[in-house]
Amino acid sequence: MTTQNQFRVVVVSGGTSDPSSTRMLADRIADRVRILAEERSESVATDVIDLRELASEIATALVSQLMGPKLTRAVELLGAADAVVASAPVYKAAPSGLFSSFFHLLDNDLLIAKPVVLAATAGTARHALVVDEQMRSLFAYLRTLTVPTSVFAATEDWNSKELGERITRAAIELLLLMESGFAEQVRGESWKHYQHEYGSAGGTELEIDLSSDLMRLATGGSRAKRKP
Amino acid sequence: MQFGVFSVSDITRDPVSGETPSEAERIDGILKIAVKAEEVGLDVFAIGEHHNPPFFSSSPTTLLSHIAALTERLIVTTATTLITTNDPVRIAEEYAMLQHLSKGRMDLMLGRGNTAPVYPWFGQDIRQGLPLALEHYNLLHRLWREDVVDWEGEFRTPLQGFTSTPRPLDDVPPFVWHGSIRTPEIAEQAAFYGNGYFANHIFWPTSHSKRLVDFYRQRFEHYGHGTRKQAIVGLGGHAYIAKRSQDAVSEFRPYFNEAPVYGHGPSLEEFTRGTPLSVGSPQEVIDKTLTFHDAFGDYQRQMFLIDHAGMPLKMVLNQLDLLGEEVVPVLRKELAARRDPESADAPTHAARVKAKYGDAPARQPRPNANRGDNVTGASPYQDSDAAAEYPEI
Repeated sequence: MTTQNQFRVVVVSGGTSDPSSTRMLADRIADRVRILAEERSESVATDVIDLRELASEIATALVSQLMGPKLTRAVELLGAADAVVASAPVYKAAPSGLFSSFFHLLDNDLLIAKPVVLAATAGTARHALVVDEQMRSLFAYLRTLTVPTSVFAATEDWNSKELGERITRAAIELLLLMESGFAEQVRGESWKHYQHEYGSAGGTELEIDLSSDLMRLATGGSRAKRKP
Repeated sequence: MQFGVFSVSDITRDPVSGETPSEAERIDGILKIAVKAEEVGLDVFAIGEHHNPPFFSSSPTTLLSHIAALTERLIVTTATTLITTNDPVRIAEEYAMLQHLSKGRMDLMLGRGNTAPVYPWFGQDIRQGLPLALEHYNLLHRLWREDVVDWEGEFRTPLQGFTSTPRPLDDVPPFVWHGSIRTPEIAEQAAFYGNGYFANHIFWPTSHSKRLVDFYRQRFEHYGHGTRKQAIVGLGGHAYIAKRSQDAVSEFRPYFNEAPVYGHGPSLEEFTRGTPLSVGSPQEVIDKTLTFHDAFGDYQRQMFLIDHAGMPLKMVLNQLDLLGEEVVPVLRKELAARRDPESADAPTHAARVKAKYGDAPARQPRPNANRGDNVTGASPYQDSDAAAEYPEI
């Protein structure tokens, strides 16, 4: 593996208090990734998107087409990220509405192939499967590469050695996926095979295919291939 | 440069008085708005097309021909005509008729319509919206340029030996704008045919609209209709004006807060910052509108939305006074001073007749006597030009 890799990890936290346990869990994972990377002569720059600060912009964007400046910045950060740590509090047996709403607003192609650690906190261990049964499907829809280990912390987990071990496992998985360059390669070699819209991927997808069927129709021809 | 107002034809409860106008009142009101637009010196009035409440404008050509009869100078147009759910043959016929009745003081803007349930009412499917729009325009384009059309496509029943009547006034087809927010194919079609391109420019930041305008300009040049600067661009805009800035904000806020589409979402301040909306004194509206020119360069038509969200007629007429007296004259002067002589003039029927015929008389098609087989001959007109012009496919 090449040395001196520099990775950009973006933490998305749906925690609403300050400090929040959801944010703390995400920070522990991101920090673990950084330490492991440094042990391998790599470095990690971490940016944090605290969704509580974006709450009103998220609500506005859900009911109109207006993306506020903080939301726009968050999209830029995610678009440039090598990996994401996404951490949600569980409310009513589901990831919080704020957390889900944020991801509903992203373009479908913004996070394609990017490695993601999924994490969640809850007041009871009964919510443990929310990460794998609900959050993982959302991130599958977004075509991300979620790491095999999800990290769930109920109240009783915070002092357990096992939580630390799961964090380390997830962190190594994330780091290896970043090192593999998988996301970059998929996006480089196969970007056009995914669905895009003009201006999607956070406003960066501006390729126009002039040879498509619809473009032929737009210019007086027919959509079906021309007969010889 | 043409300035005008466009209405979506919504009938919305006035959030201040609590009153909802009747359809009759709103239709009556729109006539007063259009007539007033001419009185205060604006150039264009546009109406939308909808086929569901709370909108009244299901029959734009009926409304616009009446407005044309009540005015002398005003260009009447649409924002937009549904190129998807309307039969292009009916569009060709109705708008050619409007062109005759208005003596050429009309054009039209084509749009797809984004209300899914409307499509099946007209036997269509919104999932095919884009190909429908593209194919329908290809046919419409020919119906106005060829006396006799044979045509077969994916969506409409085929045509054999069909003549759309009346032929366009002076045999010069109505000018067409293609309206689009984010669809490169529509911009490409506008460029291919050398038609106008209109960016709604209301809900998104200017940078968003600029991407496709730039693409359209580049493709317009590519297809040999002129240089990028000669491409014909129209922009929407959204304004509320009062003599004093703080009055504009306090008068407009209740309407903004309850407006369909964006009401109950962003604050007036956020929306003003993030989109082309300007709410303020005449000078503030002038300043913001001039930023459009900074972004897009010379363009040919600026339309303002001023009558939606339940604003009472009196308030709208007052907006027209301010727009016509204090905003548009300054904008005309400023934009004329900035204008590159290379840029295209705004499209008018007179200019298009001149471009086609120079000083020669315009063609006036006269049908042959009805022999009972008018649809089978080569041409139903005495003076048909056999070689009609339409793009090579």
